[in-house]
Amino acid sequence: MQSFPCPFCGPRPETEFRHDGEAGKLRPALSCTDSEWSLYLRARTAARGPSREIWTHLPCMETFVLQRDTLSHRVGEVAP
Amino acid sequence: MARHYSALALVREGLTGHKGWARAWEAPEPRRRYDVLVIGGGGHGLATAYYLARNHGITNVAVIERGWLGGGNTGRNTTAIRSNYFYPESAALYDLGLRLYEGLSRELNYNLMVSQRGNLQLAHSLHDVDMGARLVNAMQINGIDARWLGPDEVHTLVPILNRGPAARYRVHGGIFQPRGATARHDAVAWGYARAASRLGVHILQGCAVQEFLIEGGRCVGVRTPLGEIRADRVGMAVAGASPALAAMAGFRLPISSYTLQACVSEPVKPVLNTTLISPPLGTYVSQSGKGEIVIGGALDRVPSYAQRGNLPVLSQVLSGLLEMFPDFRQLRLMRQWGGTVDVTPDSSPILGPSPLPGLFLNCGWGTGGFKAIPAGGTLLAHLLAHGSHHPISRPFDLDRFTTGRLIDEGAAAGIAH
Repeated sequence: MQSFPCPFCGPRPETEFRHDGEAGKLRPALSCTDSEWSLYLRARTAARGPSREIWTHLPCMETFVLQRDTLSHRVGEVAP
Repeated sequence: MARHYSALALVREGLTGHKGWARAWEAPEPRRRYDVLVIGGGGHGLATAYYLARNHGITNVAVIERGWLGGGNTGRNTTAIRSNYFYPESAALYDLGLRLYEGLSRELNYNLMVSQRGNLQLAHSLHDVDMGARLVNAMQINGIDARWLGPDEVHTLVPILNRGPAARYRVHGGIFQPRGATARHDAVAWGYARAASRLGVHILQGCAVQEFLIEGGRCVGVRTPLGEIRADRVGMAVAGASPALAAMAGFRLPISSYTLQACVSEPVKPVLNTTLISPPLGTYVSQSGKGEIVIGGALDRVPSYAQRGNLPVLSQVLSGLLEMFPDFRQLRLMRQWGGTVDVTPDSSPILGPSPLPGLFLNCGWGTGGFKAIPAGGTLLAHLLAHGSHHPISRPFDLDRFTTGRLIDEGAAAGIAH
Protein backbone atom coordinates (compact mmCIF):
# COMPACT_ATOMS: atom_id res chain seq x y z
CA MET A 1 0.00 0.00 0.00
CA GLN A 2 1.37 3.36 -1.04
CA SER A 3 1.04 6.54 1.04
CA PHE A 4 -0.26 9.66 -0.67
CA PRO A 5 0.07 13.11 0.90
CA CYS A 6 -3.16 14.97 1.66
CA PRO A 7 -2.43 18.67 2.26
CA PHE A 8 -5.04 18.67 5.03
CA CYS A 9 -4.66 15.22 6.69
CA GLY A 10 -1.05 14.33 5.89
CA PRO A 11 0.06 10.92 4.56
CA ARG A 12 -2.85 8.52 4.06
CA PRO A 13 -3.29 5.14 2.25
CA GLU A 14 -3.68 5.32 -1.54
CA THR A 15 -7.14 3.72 -1.45
CA GLU A 16 -8.55 6.88 0.17
CA PHE A 17 -7.70 8.95 -2.90
CA ARG A 18 -9.36 9.44 -6.28
CA HIS A 19 -7.58 10.53 -9.44
CA ASP A 20 -9.55 13.37 -11.03
CA GLY A 21 -7.57 14.08 -14.17
CA GLU A 22 -4.65 16.01 -15.53
CA ALA A 23 -3.90 19.43 -14.08
CA GLY A 24 -3.52 22.55 -16.18
CA LYS A 25 -6.35 22.10 -18.70
CA LEU A 26 -8.05 25.36 -19.56
CA ARG A 27 -11.61 25.46 -20.81
CA PRO A 28 -11.73 27.14 -24.23
CA ALA A 29 -14.13 29.99 -25.00
CA LEU A 30 -17.68 28.86 -25.82
CA SER A 31 -17.17 30.17 -29.35
CA CYS A 32 -14.53 27.46 -30.01
CA THR A 33 -14.88 24.85 -32.74
CA ASP A 34 -16.21 21.32 -32.17
CA SER A 35 -12.75 19.84 -32.50
CA GLU A 36 -11.26 22.28 -29.95
CA TRP A 37 -14.06 21.39 -27.54
CA SER A 38 -13.52 17.68 -28.17
CA LEU A 39 -9.79 18.05 -27.49
CA TYR A 40 -10.54 19.91 -24.25
CA LEU A 41 -13.00 17.25 -23.11
CA ARG A 42 -11.20 14.10 -24.13
CA ALA A 43 -7.58 14.54 -25.25
CA ARG A 44 -4.95 13.54 -22.73
CA THR A 45 -1.25 14.18 -22.45
CA ALA A 46 -0.90 10.85 -20.61
CA ALA A 47 2.69 11.75 -19.74
CA ARG A 48 5.16 8.92 -19.34
CA GLY A 49 7.16 10.09 -16.31
CA PRO A 50 6.58 13.29 -14.30
CA SER A 51 2.93 14.34 -14.37
CA ARG A 52 0.82 17.04 -12.69
CA GLU A 53 -2.50 15.60 -11.62
CA ILE A 54 -5.66 16.58 -9.74
CA TRP A 55 -6.48 14.29 -6.84
CA THR A 56 -9.18 14.25 -4.17
CA HIS A 57 -8.78 12.82 -0.68
CA LEU A 58 -12.23 11.26 -0.26
CA PRO A 59 -12.61 11.28 3.55
CA CYS A 60 -11.99 15.05 3.81
CA MET A 61 -12.84 15.94 0.17
CA GLU A 62 -9.69 18.05 -0.14
CA THR A 63 -8.89 18.52 -3.83
CA PHE A 64 -5.28 19.28 -4.71
CA VAL A 65 -2.62 19.14 -7.39
CA LEU A 66 -0.06 16.39 -6.99
CA GLN A 67 3.25 15.88 -8.77
CA ARG A 68 3.53 12.18 -9.51
CA ASP A 69 5.75 10.04 -11.70
CA THR A 70 3.69 7.64 -13.83
CA LEU A 71 6.69 5.40 -14.40
CA SER A 72 8.05 5.02 -10.85
CA HIS A 73 4.79 5.92 -8.97
CA ARG A 74 6.88 8.28 -6.78
CA VAL A 75 4.81 11.15 -5.41
CA GLY A 76 6.29 14.62 -5.06
CA GLU A 77 5.05 18.06 -4.26
CA VAL A 78 1.49 18.88 -3.28
CA ALA A 79 -0.32 22.16 -3.92
CA PRO A 80 -3.87 22.77 -2.61
CA MET B 1 15.45 -27.24 -43.83
CA ALA B 2 12.14 -27.90 -42.09
CA ARG B 3 10.03 -24.89 -42.97
CA HIS B 4 6.53 -26.36 -42.72
CA TYR B 5 5.44 -27.47 -39.26
CA SER B 6 3.75 -30.87 -39.21
CA ALA B 7 3.75 -34.13 -37.29
CA LEU B 8 5.89 -35.63 -40.05
CA ALA B 9 8.46 -32.82 -39.79
CA LEU B 10 8.55 -33.29 -36.02
CA VAL B 11 9.23 -37.03 -36.35
CA ARG B 12 11.87 -36.44 -39.02
CA GLU B 13 13.64 -33.77 -36.97
CA GLY B 14 13.31 -35.88 -33.82
CA LEU B 15 15.21 -38.67 -35.55
CA THR B 16 17.94 -36.31 -36.81
CA GLY B 17 18.65 -34.36 -33.63
CA HIS B 18 16.46 -31.31 -34.33
CA LYS B 19 19.24 -29.68 -36.35
CA GLY B 20 17.20 -28.89 -39.45
CA TRP B 21 14.69 -26.33 -38.15
CA ALA B 22 14.77 -23.00 -39.99
CA ARG B 23 14.57 -19.71 -38.11
CA ALA B 24 10.90 -18.82 -37.62
CA TRP B 25 11.53 -15.35 -39.04
CA GLU B 26 14.46 -13.63 -40.72
CA ALA B 27 16.52 -10.80 -39.20
CA PRO B 28 17.20 -8.77 -42.38
CA GLU B 29 19.15 -5.58 -42.96
CA PRO B 30 16.62 -2.74 -43.10
CA ARG B 31 15.96 -1.14 -46.47
CA ARG B 32 15.91 2.64 -46.66
CA ARG B 33 12.42 2.62 -48.18
CA TYR B 34 9.30 0.52 -47.82
CA ASP B 35 5.81 0.77 -49.26
CA VAL B 36 4.38 0.47 -45.75
CA LEU B 37 6.01 0.77 -42.33
CA VAL B 38 4.25 -0.63 -39.27
CA ILE B 39 5.33 0.63 -35.85
CA GLY B 40 4.85 -1.96 -33.11
CA GLY B 41 5.78 -5.65 -33.21
CA GLY B 42 2.96 -6.93 -31.05
CA GLY B 43 0.03 -8.96 -32.28
CA HIS B 44 -1.73 -6.06 -34.03
CA GLY B 45 1.39 -4.79 -35.82
CA LEU B 46 2.51 -8.23 -36.99
CA ALA B 47 -1.02 -9.16 -38.06
CA THR B 48 -1.20 -5.91 -40.03
CA ALA B 49 1.99 -6.80 -41.89
CA TYR B 50 0.76 -10.33 -42.57
CA TYR B 51 -2.61 -9.16 -43.96
CA LEU B 52 -0.93 -6.44 -46.05
CA ALA B 53 1.02 -9.21 -47.77
CA ARG B 54 -1.73 -11.81 -47.90
CA ASN B 55 -4.87 -9.74 -48.60
CA HIS B 56 -3.38 -6.85 -50.56
CA GLY B 57 -0.19 -8.29 -52.12
CA ILE B 58 1.93 -5.56 -50.51
CA THR B 59 5.11 -7.30 -49.39
CA ASN B 60 7.58 -4.38 -49.29
CA VAL B 61 6.66 -3.90 -45.65
CA ALA B 62 8.63 -3.51 -42.42
CA VAL B 63 7.51 -3.95 -38.82
CA ILE B 64 9.69 -2.10 -36.31
CA GLU B 65 9.62 -2.98 -32.62
CA ARG B 66 11.34 -1.13 -29.78
CA GLY B 67 11.83 -4.26 -27.64
CA TRP B 68 11.11 -7.83 -28.66
CA LEU B 69 8.14 -9.32 -30.51
CA GLY B 70 5.05 -9.68 -28.37
CA GLY B 71 6.79 -8.22 -25.30
CA GLY B 72 4.06 -5.68 -24.58
CA ASN B 73 0.41 -6.39 -24.02
CA THR B 74 0.38 -9.34 -26.45
CA GLY B 75 2.46 -11.24 -23.90
CA ARG B 76 0.76 -9.80 -20.80
CA ASN B 77 -2.96 -10.42 -21.28
CA THR B 78 -5.14 -13.27 -20.04
CA THR B 79 -5.79 -14.58 -23.59
CA ALA B 80 -9.59 -14.43 -23.61
CA ILE B 81 -11.28 -14.23 -27.02
CA ARG B 82 -14.95 -13.26 -27.19
CA SER B 83 -17.39 -11.00 -29.01
CA ASN B 84 -20.10 -10.42 -26.37
CA TYR B 85 -20.66 -6.73 -27.06
CA PHE B 86 -23.79 -4.63 -27.17
CA TYR B 87 -23.57 -2.41 -30.24
CA PRO B 88 -23.69 -3.81 -33.81
CA GLU B 89 -20.48 -1.92 -34.69
CA SER B 90 -18.60 -3.68 -31.89
CA ALA B 91 -20.13 -7.06 -32.67
CA ALA B 92 -18.98 -6.76 -36.30
CA LEU B 93 -15.47 -5.81 -35.19
CA TYR B 94 -14.86 -8.33 -32.42
CA ASP B 95 -16.62 -11.19 -34.17
CA LEU B 96 -14.36 -10.66 -37.18
CA GLY B 97 -11.50 -11.27 -34.74
CA LEU B 98 -13.12 -14.36 -33.28
CA ARG B 99 -13.97 -15.85 -36.69
CA LEU B 100 -10.43 -15.31 -37.96
CA TYR B 101 -8.99 -16.89 -34.80
CA GLU B 102 -11.10 -20.00 -35.44
CA GLY B 103 -9.12 -20.90 -38.57
CA LEU B 104 -5.86 -19.15 -37.79
CA SER B 105 -3.69 -22.03 -36.56
CA ARG B 106 -4.15 -23.82 -39.89
CA GLU B 107 -3.78 -20.66 -41.94
CA LEU B 108 -0.53 -19.63 -40.22
CA ASN B 109 0.73 -23.24 -39.87
CA TYR B 110 1.36 -22.41 -36.21
CA ASN B 111 -0.45 -23.95 -33.25
CA LEU B 112 -2.13 -21.05 -31.44
CA MET B 113 -3.92 -23.51 -29.12
CA VAL B 114 -7.24 -21.76 -29.69
CA SER B 115 -9.52 -23.55 -27.25
CA GLN B 116 -13.23 -22.70 -27.60
CA ARG B 117 -14.47 -23.54 -24.13
CA GLY B 118 -16.88 -20.65 -23.95
CA ASN B 119 -17.05 -17.41 -22.07
CA LEU B 120 -19.30 -16.94 -19.05
CA GLN B 121 -20.13 -13.58 -17.51
CA LEU B 122 -21.77 -13.95 -14.10
CA ALA B 123 -24.79 -12.07 -12.77
CA HIS B 124 -24.65 -11.60 -9.00
CA SER B 125 -27.80 -9.53 -8.49
CA LEU B 126 -31.24 -9.08 -10.02
CA HIS B 127 -29.97 -5.91 -11.70
CA ASP B 128 -27.16 -7.94 -13.26
CA VAL B 129 -29.83 -10.40 -14.47
CA ASP B 130 -31.80 -7.62 -16.20
CA MET B 131 -28.69 -6.18 -17.81
CA GLY B 132 -27.52 -9.66 -18.78
CA ALA B 133 -30.82 -10.54 -20.47
CA ARG B 134 -30.62 -7.27 -22.38
CA LEU B 135 -27.08 -8.06 -23.51
CA VAL B 136 -28.01 -11.60 -24.57
CA ASN B 137 -30.87 -10.20 -26.66
CA ALA B 138 -28.61 -7.59 -28.23
CA MET B 139 -25.97 -10.20 -29.04
CA GLN B 140 -28.53 -12.48 -30.66
CA ILE B 141 -29.85 -9.59 -32.78
CA ASN B 142 -26.23 -8.88 -33.76
CA GLY B 143 -25.93 -12.50 -34.93
CA ILE B 144 -23.55 -13.53 -32.13
CA ASP B 145 -24.02 -16.85 -30.34
CA ALA B 146 -25.32 -16.03 -26.88
CA ARG B 147 -27.33 -17.89 -24.28
CA TRP B 148 -28.71 -16.95 -20.92
CA LEU B 149 -27.85 -19.58 -18.31
CA GLY B 150 -29.89 -19.95 -15.15
CA PRO B 151 -28.18 -20.57 -11.78
CA ASP B 152 -28.42 -24.37 -12.13
CA GLU B 153 -26.86 -24.29 -15.60
CA VAL B 154 -24.05 -22.06 -14.36
CA HIS B 155 -23.27 -24.43 -11.50
CA THR B 156 -23.37 -27.43 -13.84
CA LEU B 157 -20.89 -25.70 -16.15
CA VAL B 158 -18.66 -24.58 -13.25
CA PRO B 159 -19.17 -27.09 -10.43
CA ILE B 160 -16.43 -25.61 -8.22
CA LEU B 161 -18.27 -22.28 -7.94
CA ASN B 162 -19.33 -21.57 -4.34
CA ARG B 163 -23.05 -22.33 -3.93
CA GLY B 164 -23.44 -22.77 -0.20
CA PRO B 165 -26.05 -20.76 1.75
CA ALA B 166 -23.19 -18.66 3.10
CA ALA B 167 -21.84 -17.79 -0.36
CA ARG B 168 -21.01 -14.10 -0.35
CA TYR B 169 -21.49 -13.66 -4.11
CA ARG B 170 -24.56 -15.66 -5.10
CA VAL B 171 -24.93 -16.45 -8.77
CA HIS B 172 -28.29 -15.61 -10.33
CA GLY B 173 -27.30 -16.60 -13.84
CA GLY B 174 -24.83 -15.78 -16.55
CA ILE B 175 -24.29 -14.71 -20.13
CA PHE B 176 -22.68 -17.55 -22.05
CA GLN B 177 -20.96 -17.28 -25.42
CA PRO B 178 -20.12 -20.87 -26.48
CA ARG B 179 -17.61 -19.78 -29.15
CA GLY B 180 -15.57 -17.81 -26.59
CA ALA B 181 -12.01 -19.07 -26.43
CA THR B 182 -8.54 -18.79 -25.02
CA ALA B 183 -5.33 -19.05 -27.00
CA ARG B 184 -1.59 -19.14 -26.44
CA HIS B 185 -0.70 -15.47 -26.60
CA ASP B 186 3.00 -15.65 -27.50
CA ALA B 187 2.14 -18.00 -30.35
CA VAL B 188 -0.14 -15.38 -31.89
CA ALA B 189 2.75 -12.92 -32.20
CA TRP B 190 5.20 -15.59 -33.32
CA GLY B 191 2.75 -17.21 -35.76
CA TYR B 192 1.99 -13.91 -37.49
CA ALA B 193 5.69 -12.97 -37.48
CA ARG B 194 6.69 -16.24 -39.10
CA ALA B 195 3.91 -16.12 -41.70
CA ALA B 196 4.64 -12.47 -42.53
CA SER B 197 8.38 -13.11 -42.78
CA ARG B 198 7.74 -15.94 -45.22
CA LEU B 199 5.76 -13.54 -47.38
CA GLY B 200 8.74 -11.15 -47.48
CA VAL B 201 7.95 -8.75 -44.64
CA HIS B 202 10.97 -7.35 -42.77
CA ILE B 203 10.77 -7.64 -38.98
CA LEU B 204 13.19 -5.31 -37.20
CA GLN B 205 13.50 -5.75 -33.43
CA GLY B 206 15.30 -3.42 -31.04
CA CYS B 207 14.36 -0.55 -33.35
CA ALA B 208 12.64 2.34 -31.55
CA VAL B 209 11.10 5.39 -33.18
CA GLN B 210 13.18 8.47 -32.31
CA GLU B 211 11.38 10.94 -34.53
CA PHE B 212 8.72 11.08 -37.24
CA LEU B 213 9.96 12.37 -40.61
CA ILE B 214 7.46 14.99 -41.71
CA GLU B 215 7.77 16.62 -45.14
CA GLY B 216 5.16 18.97 -46.57
CA GLY B 217 2.90 18.27 -43.59
CA ARG B 218 2.94 14.55 -44.31
CA CYS B 219 4.51 11.63 -42.44
CA VAL B 220 7.10 10.06 -44.77
CA GLY B 221 8.87 7.73 -42.35
CA VAL B 222 10.68 7.56 -39.04
CA ARG B 223 14.17 8.02 -37.66
CA THR B 224 15.43 5.02 -35.70
CA PRO B 225 18.78 3.89 -34.22
CA LEU B 226 19.13 1.88 -37.46
CA GLY B 227 18.84 5.06 -39.50
CA GLU B 228 16.04 6.75 -41.38
CA ILE B 229 13.35 4.42 -42.70
CA ARG B 230 10.99 5.92 -45.27
CA ALA B 231 7.60 4.65 -46.36
CA ASP B 232 4.58 5.78 -48.40
CA ARG B 233 2.29 5.05 -45.47
CA VAL B 234 3.00 4.44 -41.80
CA GLY B 235 0.78 2.49 -39.40
CA MET B 236 1.06 2.58 -35.65
CA ALA B 237 -0.10 -0.22 -33.34
CA VAL B 238 1.68 0.51 -30.06
CA ALA B 239 -1.05 0.23 -27.37
CA GLY B 240 0.23 1.82 -24.15
CA ALA B 241 2.90 3.84 -25.98
CA SER B 242 0.27 5.56 -28.19
CA PRO B 243 0.13 8.89 -26.27
CA ALA B 244 3.93 9.22 -26.33
CA LEU B 245 4.19 8.49 -30.07
CA ALA B 246 1.25 10.80 -30.77
CA ALA B 247 3.05 13.58 -28.92
CA MET B 248 6.12 12.89 -31.07
CA ALA B 249 3.94 13.18 -34.18
CA GLY B 250 2.44 16.44 -32.92
CA PHE B 251 -1.10 15.52 -31.88
CA ARG B 252 -2.98 14.39 -28.79
CA LEU B 253 -5.23 11.36 -28.39
CA PRO B 254 -8.23 10.71 -26.13
CA ILE B 255 -6.29 7.96 -24.41
CA SER B 256 -5.37 7.36 -20.78
CA SER B 257 -2.76 4.75 -19.94
CA TYR B 258 -3.57 2.53 -16.98
CA THR B 259 -2.16 -0.64 -15.51
CA LEU B 260 -4.07 -3.86 -15.90
CA GLN B 261 -2.63 -6.65 -13.85
CA ALA B 262 -2.81 -10.39 -14.00
CA CYS B 263 -1.34 -13.40 -12.27
CA VAL B 264 -1.04 -17.12 -12.81
CA SER B 265 -0.99 -20.06 -10.41
CA GLU B 266 0.92 -23.32 -10.42
CA PRO B 267 -0.59 -25.91 -12.82
CA VAL B 268 -3.35 -28.10 -11.40
CA LYS B 269 -5.66 -30.77 -12.84
CA PRO B 270 -8.60 -29.59 -14.99
CA VAL B 271 -11.17 -27.84 -12.79
CA LEU B 272 -12.46 -24.93 -14.88
CA ASN B 273 -13.70 -25.54 -18.40
CA THR B 274 -14.62 -22.00 -19.47
CA THR B 275 -13.47 -18.41 -19.14
CA LEU B 276 -15.36 -16.85 -16.25
CA ILE B 277 -15.84 -13.13 -15.62
CA SER B 278 -17.39 -11.51 -12.62
CA PRO B 279 -17.72 -7.82 -13.50
CA PRO B 280 -18.65 -6.54 -10.02
CA LEU B 281 -15.61 -8.21 -8.48
CA GLY B 282 -13.32 -7.36 -11.38
CA THR B 283 -12.28 -10.99 -11.55
CA TYR B 284 -11.44 -12.76 -14.79
CA VAL B 285 -10.36 -16.37 -14.57
CA SER B 286 -9.65 -19.31 -16.86
CA GLN B 287 -7.52 -22.43 -16.84
CA SER B 288 -4.76 -22.72 -19.40
CA GLY B 289 -4.05 -25.83 -21.43
CA LYS B 290 -1.11 -26.51 -19.09
CA GLY B 291 -3.43 -26.35 -16.06
CA GLU B 292 -2.45 -23.00 -14.60
CA ILE B 293 -5.26 -20.82 -13.27
CA VAL B 294 -4.94 -17.53 -15.15
CA ILE B 295 -6.38 -14.58 -13.23
CA GLY B 296 -6.97 -11.14 -14.68
CA GLY B 297 -7.61 -8.10 -12.58
CA ALA B 298 -9.77 -5.03 -12.80
CA LEU B 299 -8.39 -1.85 -14.27
CA ASP B 300 -6.36 0.22 -11.85
CA ARG B 301 -7.78 3.70 -12.46
CA VAL B 302 -4.51 5.51 -11.78
CA PRO B 303 -2.52 6.60 -14.85
CA SER B 304 0.62 4.50 -14.95
CA TYR B 305 3.31 3.16 -17.26
CA ALA B 306 5.01 1.07 -14.57
CA GLN B 307 3.96 -2.30 -16.08
CA ARG B 308 3.49 -3.67 -12.59
CA GLY B 309 0.42 -4.07 -10.43
CA ASN B 310 -0.74 -2.20 -7.38
CA LEU B 311 -1.56 -4.20 -4.27
CA PRO B 312 -5.08 -2.86 -3.45
CA VAL B 313 -6.55 -3.94 -6.80
CA LEU B 314 -4.82 -7.32 -6.69
CA SER B 315 -6.09 -8.05 -3.18
CA GLN B 316 -9.66 -7.08 -4.18
CA VAL B 317 -9.55 -9.35 -7.24
CA LEU B 318 -8.06 -12.28 -5.34
CA SER B 319 -10.39 -11.97 -2.36
CA GLY B 320 -13.36 -12.01 -4.75
CA LEU B 321 -11.91 -15.01 -6.54
CA LEU B 322 -11.38 -16.97 -3.31
CA GLU B 323 -14.89 -16.17 -2.15
CA MET B 324 -16.30 -17.58 -5.41
CA PHE B 325 -13.87 -20.51 -5.54
CA PRO B 326 -13.02 -21.62 -2.00
CA ASP B 327 -11.01 -24.53 -3.49
CA PHE B 328 -8.50 -22.02 -4.86
CA ARG B 329 -7.36 -21.05 -1.34
CA GLN B 330 -4.68 -23.73 -1.58
CA LEU B 331 -3.37 -22.51 -4.93
CA ARG B 332 0.07 -20.95 -5.04
CA LEU B 333 0.67 -18.09 -7.43
CA MET B 334 3.67 -18.42 -9.70
CA ARG B 335 3.82 -15.01 -11.35
CA GLN B 336 2.15 -11.63 -11.18
CA TRP B 337 2.59 -8.81 -13.70
CA GLY B 338 1.00 -5.72 -15.23
CA GLY B 339 0.53 -4.31 -18.69
CA THR B 340 -0.03 -0.71 -19.79
CA VAL B 341 -3.43 -0.47 -21.47
CA ASP B 342 -4.62 2.44 -23.62
CA VAL B 343 -8.17 3.27 -22.60
CA THR B 344 -10.50 5.60 -24.54
CA PRO B 345 -13.47 7.50 -23.06
CA ASP B 346 -15.96 5.08 -24.67
CA SER B 347 -13.91 1.88 -24.15
CA SER B 348 -13.82 1.28 -27.91
CA PRO B 349 -10.68 1.27 -30.06
CA ILE B 350 -9.47 3.93 -32.48
CA LEU B 351 -8.89 2.80 -36.07
CA GLY B 352 -8.27 5.17 -38.93
CA PRO B 353 -6.20 8.06 -40.21
CA SER B 354 -4.41 10.18 -37.63
CA PRO B 355 -4.35 14.00 -37.66
CA LEU B 356 -0.94 13.67 -39.37
CA PRO B 357 -1.49 12.69 -43.03
CA GLY B 358 0.27 9.46 -43.98
CA LEU B 359 0.08 8.06 -40.43
CA PHE B 360 -2.70 5.60 -39.52
CA LEU B 361 -3.82 4.52 -36.05
CA ASN B 362 -4.69 1.22 -34.44
CA CYS B 363 -4.92 1.94 -30.71
CA GLY B 364 -7.22 2.47 -27.77
CA TRP B 365 -8.12 -1.21 -27.36
CA GLY B 366 -7.79 -0.82 -23.62
CA THR B 367 -7.96 -4.19 -21.93
CA GLY B 368 -9.50 -5.94 -24.93
CA GLY B 369 -6.85 -5.89 -27.62
CA PHE B 370 -5.77 -9.52 -27.69
CA LYS B 371 -9.12 -10.91 -28.80
CA ALA B 372 -9.19 -8.46 -31.69
CA ILE B 373 -5.67 -9.00 -33.05
CA PRO B 374 -6.77 -10.60 -36.36
CA ALA B 375 -9.47 -7.94 -36.81
CA GLY B 376 -7.18 -5.02 -35.93
CA GLY B 377 -4.56 -6.38 -38.32
CA THR B 378 -7.06 -6.90 -41.15
CA LEU B 379 -8.53 -3.41 -40.78
CA LEU B 380 -5.24 -1.50 -40.37
CA ALA B 381 -3.90 -3.40 -43.40
CA HIS B 382 -6.97 -2.25 -45.36
CA LEU B 383 -6.42 1.35 -44.26
CA LEU B 384 -2.73 1.22 -45.19
CA ALA B 385 -3.40 -0.44 -48.55
CA HIS B 386 -6.28 1.81 -49.65
CA GLY B 387 -5.82 4.95 -47.55
CA SER B 388 -9.51 4.71 -46.62
CA HIS B 389 -11.72 2.81 -44.21
CA HIS B 390 -13.08 -0.72 -44.37
CA PRO B 391 -16.82 -0.54 -43.51
CA ILE B 392 -16.15 -2.31 -40.20
CA SER B 393 -13.51 0.19 -39.08
CA ARG B 394 -15.35 3.35 -40.17
CA PRO B 395 -17.38 3.81 -36.93
CA PHE B 396 -14.14 3.58 -34.92
CA ASP B 397 -12.52 6.61 -36.56
CA LEU B 398 -10.99 9.28 -34.33
CA ASP B 399 -13.67 11.70 -35.60
CA ARG B 400 -16.30 10.12 -33.33
CA PHE B 401 -14.92 12.11 -30.40
CA THR B 402 -15.73 15.33 -32.27
CA THR B 403 -19.07 14.27 -33.77
CA GLY B 404 -20.17 12.68 -30.50
CA ARG B 405 -21.02 9.39 -32.18
CA LEU B 406 -19.38 7.32 -29.44
CA ILE B 407 -19.60 3.54 -29.17
CA ASP B 408 -19.78 3.36 -25.41
CA GLU B 409 -19.29 -0.32 -24.63
CA GLY B 410 -18.10 0.44 -21.11
CA ALA B 411 -21.62 1.62 -20.34
CA ALA B 412 -23.61 -0.58 -22.73
CA ALA B 413 -22.08 -4.00 -22.26
CA GLY B 414 -20.85 -3.31 -18.73
CA ILE B 415 -17.67 -5.08 -19.69
CA ALA B 416 -14.63 -4.22 -17.63
CA HIS B 417 -12.25 -2.89 -20.24
